[in-house]
Amino acid sequence: MEKTVEVLKSAIIRFAGDSGDGMQIAGSRFTETSAFFGNDLSTFPDFPAEIRAPAGTLFGVSGFQIQISSQDIYSPGDEPDVLVAMNPAALKVNLKDLKSHGTIIANEDAFSEKNLQLAGYESNPLEDGSLAGYKLLKVPITKATNNAVAELGLNAKDANRCKNFYALGLTYWLYDRPLEITESWLHSKFTGRPEIAEGNVKALRAGYYFGETAEIFTTRYKVAPAKLPKGIYRNVTGNHATALGILSASIKSGLPLFLGSYPITPASDILHELSGYKNFGVKTFQAEDEIAAICAAIGASFGGSLAFTTTSGPGMALKQEAVGLAVILELPLVICNVQRGGPSTGLPTKTEQADLLQVVSGRNGECPLPVLAAATAADCFNMVYEAARIAVKYMTPVVLLTDGYLANGAEPWNIPHVKDLPDIKVKFTTEKEGFFPYSRDENLARPWVKPGTPGLEHRIGGLEKQHITGNVSYDTQNHEFMVKMRDQKVQNIANDIPLLEVDGDPEGELLIIGWGSTYGSITAAKERLKAKGHKVSRIHLRYLNPFPKNLGEIIKKFKKVLIPELNLGQLRKLIRAEFLVDAIGLDKVQGLPFKASEIERKVLELLNK
Amino acid sequence: MESETIQNGTPVKLTAKDFASDQDVRWCPGCGDYSILAQVQRVMPSFGIPKEKTVFVAGIGCSSRFPYYMNTYGFHGIHGRAAVIASGLKMARTDLDVWVATGDGDLLSIGGNHFIHILRRNINTVIMLFNNRIYGLTKGQYSPTSEHGKITKSSPLGTVDNPFNPLTLALGAGGSFVARTMDRDPKHMQDIVAKAHNHKGTSFIEIFQNCNIYNDGAFLPYTEKDTKPDNTVLLEHGKPLIFGSKKDKGIKLVGFRPVVVSLEDGKHTVDDLIVHDQTSKELAMILAQFSEMEDFPVPLGVLYEVERPCFEDEMEEQISNSIKKNGAGDLEKLLFSGTTWEVK
Repeated sequence: MEKTVEVLKSAIIRFAGDSGDGMQIAGSRFTETSAFFGNDLSTFPDFPAEIRAPAGTLFGVSGFQIQISSQDIYSPGDEPDVLVAMNPAALKVNLKDLKSHGTIIANEDAFSEKNLQLAGYESNPLEDGSLAGYKLLKVPITKATNNAVAELGLNAKDANRCKNFYALGLTYWLYDRPLEITESWLHSKFTGRPEIAEGNVKALRAGYYFGETAEIFTTRYKVAPAKLPKGIYRNVTGNHATALGILSASIKSGLPLFLGSYPITPASDILHELSGYKNFGVKTFQAEDEIAAICAAIGASFGGSLAFTTTSGPGMALKQEAVGLAVILELPLVICNVQRGGPSTGLPTKTEQADLLQVVSGRNGECPLPVLAAATAADCFNMVYEAARIAVKYMTPVVLLTDGYLANGAEPWNIPHVKDLPDIKVKFTTEKEGFFPYSRDENLARPWVKPGTPGLEHRIGGLEKQHITGNVSYDTQNHEFMVKMRDQKVQNIANDIPLLEVDGDPEGELLIIGWGSTYGSITAAKERLKAKGHKVSRIHLRYLNPFPKNLGEIIKKFKKVLIPELNLGQLRKLIRAEFLVDAIGLDKVQGLPFKASEIERKVLELLNK
Repeated sequence: MESETIQNGTPVKLTAKDFASDQDVRWCPGCGDYSILAQVQRVMPSFGIPKEKTVFVAGIGCSSRFPYYMNTYGFHGIHGRAAVIASGLKMARTDLDVWVATGDGDLLSIGGNHFIHILRRNINTVIMLFNNRIYGLTKGQYSPTSEHGKITKSSPLGTVDNPFNPLTLALGAGGSFVARTMDRDPKHMQDIVAKAHNHKGTSFIEIFQNCNIYNDGAFLPYTEKDTKPDNTVLLEHGKPLIFGSKKDKGIKLVGFRPVVVSLEDGKHTVDDLIVHDQTSKELAMILAQFSEMEDFPVPLGVLYEVERPCFEDEMEEQISNSIKKNGAGDLEKLLFSGTTWEVK
């Protein structure tokens, strides 16, 4: 039959099913294909903390949302245009987010009485007319998948597990994507089990052909490639970008890389990734606990390595005493905190920005250190690299904040060439003449001496140091001097970081201040407001301690300041304290990123007041 | 104990004095720590390792001030973490000679986790446990090695904690070198420290150390001339377990149980006794438990020594094998790997 083709600027698709249904795989394959196709994109995987939650339950639903676009986009989007629901629970959990008149592709085979009951449906929503406001496409995904793979003789379990690729094939048809990239991925993924690869390929093609032939599918959508800046691109998640940034900093600085880490969601992928770079000489140490992970890294830093530790909120809390040690030892170290919902174990797989105050001031004593935050998945590369540069230049531990949303979300990354990365210069002290462990250079940094250097034997430790000599000192005046010295050293870094650029007019009614992963949502909101003729300016902070030098000046030029955060107003507290400005908050702590519409609504409310 | 050390390319004769730093030693007068410091400084020159290649790492406690007094590289860490700071350093720098000075609170209480894990990893370091069975620096609370019922500031009615036996703990965690010595026997300590250093792997030495302020005389039965022979047994590989002031007692095995026998009542001879075999972990476990057994002497010396691979060596081996197999990593290639596309 004749199918119509509609050209779209962008589209939002959400795959949803049981946590064992392979929705994350389907989503990431769609991502790879779309990236290769040339769309700009942004993804949001959202999955439960349980690995295989009981099948069919609401809490076991795993989702993956992707926005593809022919233009620059900044977020995975607010409301999906298409929802792929593999069972009743997936439909129930995700329906509220679907755009009105949006499309539902439902696996009708999974809408059994038992599954309906598990999802809390009294009648079958596919039959009772309750979905009348949507475009409902019922597809027998389970049966069709089984038919497609029948000739391969797979066992029932393996055959059934191909159904995510059937659903993926259908969405490929719907959005006019090629199959080859996914097929070759399947062949390389299952080299040892060619029948599984073949089964999934057959399911993928069957899904695609179903779209082509089934009469219920009347419209295909085209989302043209985006006009991104020139360059070679690849898809990258925040954690992957962090790992590559860590490695790059080690290679550019010429320092051996040491990572001390303890498995924790959602940071573990950084450890996994770096553990695979052994032929780069990378040493990764999976320690017995979070404290051991950072202490081993501090030991390695003392030995002259570029040392990192990666963790998430609860692990950060455990590391804090050792962070204080690194502060007083004045040894370089980068601590990556991939934030998640807290307090305590909290929401391990969900995102939040509630560790800002923990890392700025959650240690005993006056214990300042630089704090950086990445704005997007790809920006994790830049910011962890920058954290390493600051750490070795100023002989200080540095915290980089990312979060679960950045860690697992993907976006196209304009890959930098190694030669274009900024230099990280390191000079170990070897001269005996005039050497003192706590003398200082023009940056107030103390010398870094590798054990093994003859004549420079010295002792350092957590007790207060005498200025210059580094000997233990309980002198009260010296203590105050050293506290101020350490603080000044960190404050001076403000001279070495980029000034903020205002996106929008440099003065006006309203300034939005964002930090970290809210970059995308705020940008999307600002674009919408601009399109509607509202004047709004925004700045985005990547440096949270010290702040960029012109932050105060910028703030003064606006009547109102709005700070959207995924916490109860932690940056707001810092900005209020520092600049005595009555900043207004937009706080969200639902384990989810902002929708652009939420920020847009708040801005409109403030502009109309 | 002098031998030549290559320092700055020329052989020099280092002495104990060369290993003493310019810092005033600030332990209480009469503390057992002075002896440990002296023995270590005395034995260091015999290793032929340059001072700059040596690092002492410590945690927190009286014992942990040790690095400040050694004219080597030194690291005074935070409470309980010496073993893992040393682990990180040794992993990063296998060329360094890394030592840990620690106490019973530091190593066995707050640092217990790192202690068992360094032992199982077998990271090539020497751990010297200054065991005084008390918290000294915090002024006299019971420690994880204080005997049950001990009255201290924090246990006015006596502790209800059962103490750790550091030797069985170390053996149980996979320690590859487990020994005990004491502050009052300089020769023995020098010998044990040297043996520990010569062992490749984590070498654990429990040192009975008197805290003359908060737990004075804790080890008197083992250290004093008149009581020592009956209360201690010196372990020597290949030698029978004989003790007593007149060398009149021995220990034999009946099944799995050790029994103290007299060598004078005509019923037993030396041939009946256990012959120490420091390669036997089974025997080491039995010996280690003497300390808790009534009428048994506490063992001093090397209980156990076995050669097994060190973590940091296998770590480096994986790296060199990976380089051999895949070639040295090329960052530019890695960054541009995976599915890429060009925007023109």
